[in-house]
Amino acid sequence: MERKKPVLMQGNEAVARGAVDAGINFFAGYPITPSTEITEFMSRELPRRGGVFLQMEDEIASISAIIGASLAGAKSMTATSGPGISLMSEGIGYAKMIEQPCVVVNVMRGGPSTGLPTHPSQADIQQARWCNHGDAPAIAVYPSSVLECYELTMRAVNLAEKYRTCVIVLSDAMLGHMREPVSLPNLENVKIIERIKPTIPPEWYKHYPDNPKYRAPLASFGDGYRFHVTGLAHDSHGFPTTRPDEVEIMMDRLRNKITQNIEDLVQIELFGDECARIAIFAAGITARAAKAAIEIAHQHGKKLLLVRPLTIWPFPDEAVRTYLSDKKMIIVPELNQGQLSIEIKRVLGKSKKTRKIVEINKVTGEMITPEEILKAMKEVN
Amino acid sequence: MKKIPQKAIHKYLRHNKKFPHVWCPGCSDGIVLGATIRAIAEIGWEKDDCAMVSGIGCSSRMPVYVDFNTAHTLHGRAIAYATGIKMAKPSLNVCVITGDGDASAIGGNHLIHACRRNINLTVICLNNHIYGMTGGQYSPTTPHDAIATTMPYGNIDNTFDLCQLTIGAGATFVARTTAYHAIDMQSIIKAGFEHKGFSFIEVMCACPVIFGRLNKQGDAPQMMRNLRDSYVPLIAYEKMNADEIQGKSPRGIFKNEESPEYSEKYAKLVESLQPVKGEGDE
Repeated sequence: MERKKPVLMQGNEAVARGAVDAGINFFAGYPITPSTEITEFMSRELPRRGGVFLQMEDEIASISAIIGASLAGAKSMTATSGPGISLMSEGIGYAKMIEQPCVVVNVMRGGPSTGLPTHPSQADIQQARWCNHGDAPAIAVYPSSVLECYELTMRAVNLAEKYRTCVIVLSDAMLGHMREPVSLPNLENVKIIERIKPTIPPEWYKHYPDNPKYRAPLASFGDGYRFHVTGLAHDSHGFPTTRPDEVEIMMDRLRNKITQNIEDLVQIELFGDECARIAIFAAGITARAAKAAIEIAHQHGKKLLLVRPLTIWPFPDEAVRTYLSDKKMIIVPELNQGQLSIEIKRVLGKSKKTRKIVEINKVTGEMITPEEILKAMKEVN
Repeated sequence: MKKIPQKAIHKYLRHNKKFPHVWCPGCSDGIVLGATIRAIAEIGWEKDDCAMVSGIGCSSRMPVYVDFNTAHTLHGRAIAYATGIKMAKPSLNVCVITGDGDASAIGGNHLIHACRRNINLTVICLNNHIYGMTGGQYSPTTPHDAIATTMPYGNIDNTFDLCQLTIGAGATFVARTTAYHAIDMQSIIKAGFEHKGFSFIEVMCACPVIFGRLNKQGDAPQMMRNLRDSYVPLIAYEKMNADEIQGKSPRGIFKNEESPEYSEKYAKLVESLQPVKGEGDE
């Protein structure tokens, strides 16, 4: 494939292409709108590349199969939407607990329950953070263009390997089904993170070394390092434990490997004028409307700034403090009832300054338009 | 049958995992563990080439004790995890340890679909007729009228015959044995391991501490005697008249058929999709 030449591509296809280019060689999934094109692409592509595609009996089986495959050394992924992500939540928690790399794509649709299967939504943003029971931080990326669907899925695969966890790729019905011309990068220019294989004698091998900053080698089933994994609280060898000191080490590691690597994980985009007194905080598909609003405002001599998180979890607390704390007004447009704005309020806290946080929420399956953003700004101003 | 020296058995247990195990006195699970590793020793598989996957429950604690590639996964999901492991690395001999609740209640969907797929997994289901780990709730295999903590007035629910279920779902090897018939169990498990395709082995187990106490089944030795008397070889069972089969169930290999196995079919598909190398290509 000639990569420099732009091709018309759908968001879901870009996710799938990014995944296989990042080395995904195992995919298990279950049909669900609006993510099915990813599953269909994998069913065509993976057998041709010598990888494995499985259509499982449900989403629970899909997440289970990809974690199992990852244990056996595969780079694995699944894709789903709202109802499916609810079913996968226990498995996502298990992947985080046993620290096994895998990627889950959630092409968001209107919820709750069956909701609006063919309409876009951003109502699973907090779900991506809190889906599993028990404490465990999340890593989630959220593209806003077809090219970014490719790039951020690739990044998600890399982050899963690097941090030995389940990474979530958020997309939505609009982004997933939208077509844009994209020029995919040459693969020579793309960094792929591969799993480090242990080289030490098996009797020295610890499946869970303590230091979360150190990228530890990870053995797979059949490599000669016969380890144990369990969803129970476990010691450094993976054996069940109820000793408070060992449980504390495990729980601290799960948290610290994310919280001590915020700089590596967080990615944001700034668009517009940093000196503007009014800012927009938007992610994914809604950020496109925000960009259009900024361009319209700019034509009328009005300055605006967009802060857009590409990594949505961990939340870009520092960037929000840096770029938004001195703004007079922060507009937060989102296709939910306030899942990003609650984070903005948490980070900025109570301030003596008179700062307005304007929420634009839409949960009807329709998009937020640039005009609506500008209108909300004018009404409050 | 080849005699397996004790040392060979110790070879398969983990040295860095401290015993005692979690099972109650009189529990059958240890007998099944013994038969399983003796069967593997008899076949002669390398430990590195074996994976043991389990769900949640008393029996599902088994993998932690054996020195294989082991995963203690989620309740009901062991077969789905094992499917991922087998498809990602078909060279591994993948064994699933599960219980009656784990396999047929919460995991029923995965069980029937793995049967249908005929993927080369060996599922050993330790059926003690009850949820032991949570203290005695009724399962899909709890007998009619039996007492469970959630059927305090006697079980009114119908039961699954797991062997009939898996035969119907398309498993190509289905067998039943009991914890009392340990030598028979070892040869059945060995046959299941050697079968190419989905193997389901139901092992009838005694749970004297939970099921036995609730249902006044006697002590552990008495429950073993009950297993001995209740399960008769298939050939004998088929010859019994209507009166004789009262309270009896058959044991033995019910189905053992050759049929294309899923991971092999998949490998053939992959091979057929590879571009044909032209002349002059390396």
